[in-house]
Amino acid sequence: MKMNLDRRRVLRGMLGGGAVTVALPFLDCFLNTNGTALAAGRPLPVRFGTWNWGCGMNPQRWVPTKTGTNFELGAELKYIEPVREHINVFSGFKAMLDGKPNLPHFSGVQALRAGGVAAQMGPMDAPTLDVLIGDAVGTDTRFRSLEMAATGDPKHSYSYRSATGFNPAEGSPLALYTRIFGPDFQDPNAADFKPDPNVMLRKSVLTGVTEQREDFLRQLGKADRTRMDEYFTSVRQLEQQLELQLQKPPPAEACHVQPKPADGPVGTEVGMVMANHKIMAEILAMALACNQTKIFNMVFSDSASTLRMPGEQMIHHLMTHEEPVDKALGYQPKAAYFVERSMESWALFVKTLASVREGDGTLLDNCLVMGHSDTEYARIHSISGIPVMTAGRAGGRMKTGIHVSAVGEPVTRLGFTFQQLMGVPVEKWGQGSMQTSKPVSEIVA
Amino acid sequence: MMRVRSCLAGAAGLVLAVTLSGCGPSEPATSGSPPVVQRLTEAQYRQSIADIFAPDIKVGGRFEPGTRKGGLLAVGGSVVAVSASGFEQYDVMGRTIANQVVDAKHREALAPCKPADPKKPDAACARQTLAKYGRLLFRRPVGEKELASPLALANRAAEADGDFYAGLAFGLAQFLDSPNFIFRKDVAEADPSDSSKQRLSAYSKATRLSFFLWNTTPDNELIRAAEAGELDSRAGIAKQVDRMLASPRLETGVRAFFTDFLGFDKFDSLAKDSLIYPVFTTKVSRDAEEQTLRTLVDQLLVQKADYRDVFTSRKTFLTRNLGIVYKVPVGLESGWEAHEFPADDPHVGLLTELSFTELHAHPGRSSSTLRGKAVREILLCQKVPDPPANVNFTVVQDTSNPQFKTARERLTAHRTQATCAGCHKIMDPIGLALENFDGAGQYRSQENGAAIDPSGELDGAKFKDAAELGQALHDNPSAAACLANSVYRYGAGREFDPGEKDWQKYLLDQFARNGYRLPDLLKFIATSDAFYAVRPAGDVKEAGL
Repeated sequence: MKMNLDRRRVLRGMLGGGAVTVALPFLDCFLNTNGTALAAGRPLPVRFGTWNWGCGMNPQRWVPTKTGTNFELGAELKYIEPVREHINVFSGFKAMLDGKPNLPHFSGVQALRAGGVAAQMGPMDAPTLDVLIGDAVGTDTRFRSLEMAATGDPKHSYSYRSATGFNPAEGSPLALYTRIFGPDFQDPNAADFKPDPNVMLRKSVLTGVTEQREDFLRQLGKADRTRMDEYFTSVRQLEQQLELQLQKPPPAEACHVQPKPADGPVGTEVGMVMANHKIMAEILAMALACNQTKIFNMVFSDSASTLRMPGEQMIHHLMTHEEPVDKALGYQPKAAYFVERSMESWALFVKTLASVREGDGTLLDNCLVMGHSDTEYARIHSISGIPVMTAGRAGGRMKTGIHVSAVGEPVTRLGFTFQQLMGVPVEKWGQGSMQTSKPVSEIVA
Repeated sequence: MMRVRSCLAGAAGLVLAVTLSGCGPSEPATSGSPPVVQRLTEAQYRQSIADIFAPDIKVGGRFEPGTRKGGLLAVGGSVVAVSASGFEQYDVMGRTIANQVVDAKHREALAPCKPADPKKPDAACARQTLAKYGRLLFRRPVGEKELASPLALANRAAEADGDFYAGLAFGLAQFLDSPNFIFRKDVAEADPSDSSKQRLSAYSKATRLSFFLWNTTPDNELIRAAEAGELDSRAGIAKQVDRMLASPRLETGVRAFFTDFLGFDKFDSLAKDSLIYPVFTTKVSRDAEEQTLRTLVDQLLVQKADYRDVFTSRKTFLTRNLGIVYKVPVGLESGWEAHEFPADDPHVGLLTELSFTELHAHPGRSSSTLRGKAVREILLCQKVPDPPANVNFTVVQDTSNPQFKTARERLTAHRTQATCAGCHKIMDPIGLALENFDGAGQYRSQENGAAIDPSGELDGAKFKDAAELGQALHDNPSAAACLANSVYRYGAGREFDPGEKDWQKYLLDQFARNGYRLPDLLKFIATSDAFYAVRPAGDVKEAGL
């Protein structure tokens, strides 16, 4: 007889049978060779997420001069000090335009997230990294991905399947919470499980809709067929979500659902954004620990940042263009205030994921989070060194605490590396002169 | 090629026809456009549910944001899909609506029959109910094949739950989750009068007409007319259009057009800094939106005024909240009061209404550039190019710089940079005329202690202030053309087809000929052949989808 020994059973046995003599080395059998944990006999999932802040940084205050592990933290990056062990910093990675215009606050995001740039403003006509990775690893959770905007605006999202397949963001912490932990949530650690017969019927509702596909697509041109297929894909995703609800969810030890947040105000005033971002980060951490999704996109502020301070005539974006550079300081002090609040919130986000214990490490260890902005120096919309960071160890596959400087290298090398680290079988990625097959080997464990 | 329609079709109507339609050159033939598949907007979804079921049915849920194309959400509706999270929301809404339709409060009025035993399935009553609502939700009769799935589901669920109505809710939810409801899809059919051509099916015509004029789903009468084949003829369409133009629902439709055209969806996220503009509240901005819509409806539908007069009219409606911002005493404690600004008042026409000045400004500051851009792009349908990436604004944009106290002084300095001059020249002079209105739309004569100079020029027409800018806009042929083109594109849910060039010119001529009156324009478009002309998409793949 094969002994079915999982962590839960052992722990239960220890409590129930007083088997206190079980020695620590025995538990090593639950660790795989990469040092990541297995819980309940299953490898812990590795999650991918993005974290976006708008309007870049001041290179002289942000970019470390030293590379490798002993890099120093300048005035804008010092906020990550408490979590620097979890973070990699990338500088000098460039968006290449191949003769196309630099579309302010747009081309940089597109190059990093979609691997190419368009000739004009508009939706991104390519799957973004989160979608590419989600298609490879994110199909077995309740939500294919979760998009959030701390600014409260559902349009503040940079996740696209195609030009017509835009993934809008949840703008309110309460709505985000309700979507995940509302009546349809099944506690993976609940003692009993009884499939809800209504879920079966709800699934049949969707099966009936899926069956309309062929008739509906008749007479349509190619573009309409494609976008209507996106509709049917969305139907299919909800069907799969319900299918999962009919099965007992695997236990998730780190899953502890917190009470729902208050229905507070949302908006772009920076204090309000930081407060809502904090609540959303906590909800997201719970959602990840409870295996509700493996893919997420958090927007702290939008690309051409609309953040504002009470009593200030200009929003952050406007400040980057119109605030005079302080001659003594050498930068725009008010605009820099927003960069610093962004870095402070990024550190808080990282800390929130790191504070959830999971397996023998933390939730963050089993994540690869890509934090980034749309420009380098926003005042001139520079995109020759788009600021990018990572947080987490991607389940042991990624080294951390490193600054990689790669002046003039295509920014697509980052997305390419992250896809490989997340297990996407990709050999090359990027368009035109940004096509690459060269991973950033410095961070590969 | 122009066809000349006979004016002698009805001898008795000759004089009338000449005066009304001018009896000039008749409608030029067009190529038609490929079928369009448009996602219902939030307003269209909500209004459809209220009209099909009952006004007290709550929709709940959240809708995905729309996409603007060529300035219109209606045109963008033809290029958007539905994301996974968006569909989740449709599913939640569908179930919420279906459960209310069958609840104890509504079932009596809404179900056309009663089950033999409410605790058991009743296939006949389920079929009757589902066929009734399928026809209304899909805006056409549902075939046996389409009915089979929801019907089987309703019966199975009724059996499982021991409740006929609970079962019915599952069947209805399937209609509500269907792309046949959430999208309106043009269906083309062979044209019996010319087998080489296609025509839009009568149901698709009914749908297009209804959303165009009423912003909601076709009513029973319109579907009946489609069923009876009446919409296959010009006369049949004209009869329905007259009925629809006379209906109070026309106001809903006209409001929906201007909400889209003027970009009023931005009011949903409009915020102002409360320290700089304590006068701004959500209530004031909602009233500002309503002020403009109410004024437009009164001028264009009730008074049947020339569209161009919306830029020069001094008549409007105010609430007490708005009175505070406009500095006008409003007697009514609540509700709306008609108001006419005196001849020496700076408030004249649409551009000086709060909805325009506060929507096109920063949260803490006015913006001549944003306002100039809005006049160009929204009201004149002209595209302002994207700004270049590497621009230095800082030297001249410091509001504390004693050299450049007003926006005009700062922007003039900025415009001397060659890379910026081209675009700012077409935006700023317009926006500067509105500098007398701050970022929250309040009148001011000075900025930082210096007098504001609102004079300027619009495409060669010189003006000395906002009132004269309104007149310049009134006289600018692009303003009227922009409206006519937008109304057509809004109704058709697409851009003009290259094969519609002659028709587009004809449309503008007719609009001018009819004195730029909106009801005539709506009627003219709704009864035209071009509005319904369809040709197959070039890349249709029939088999092996």
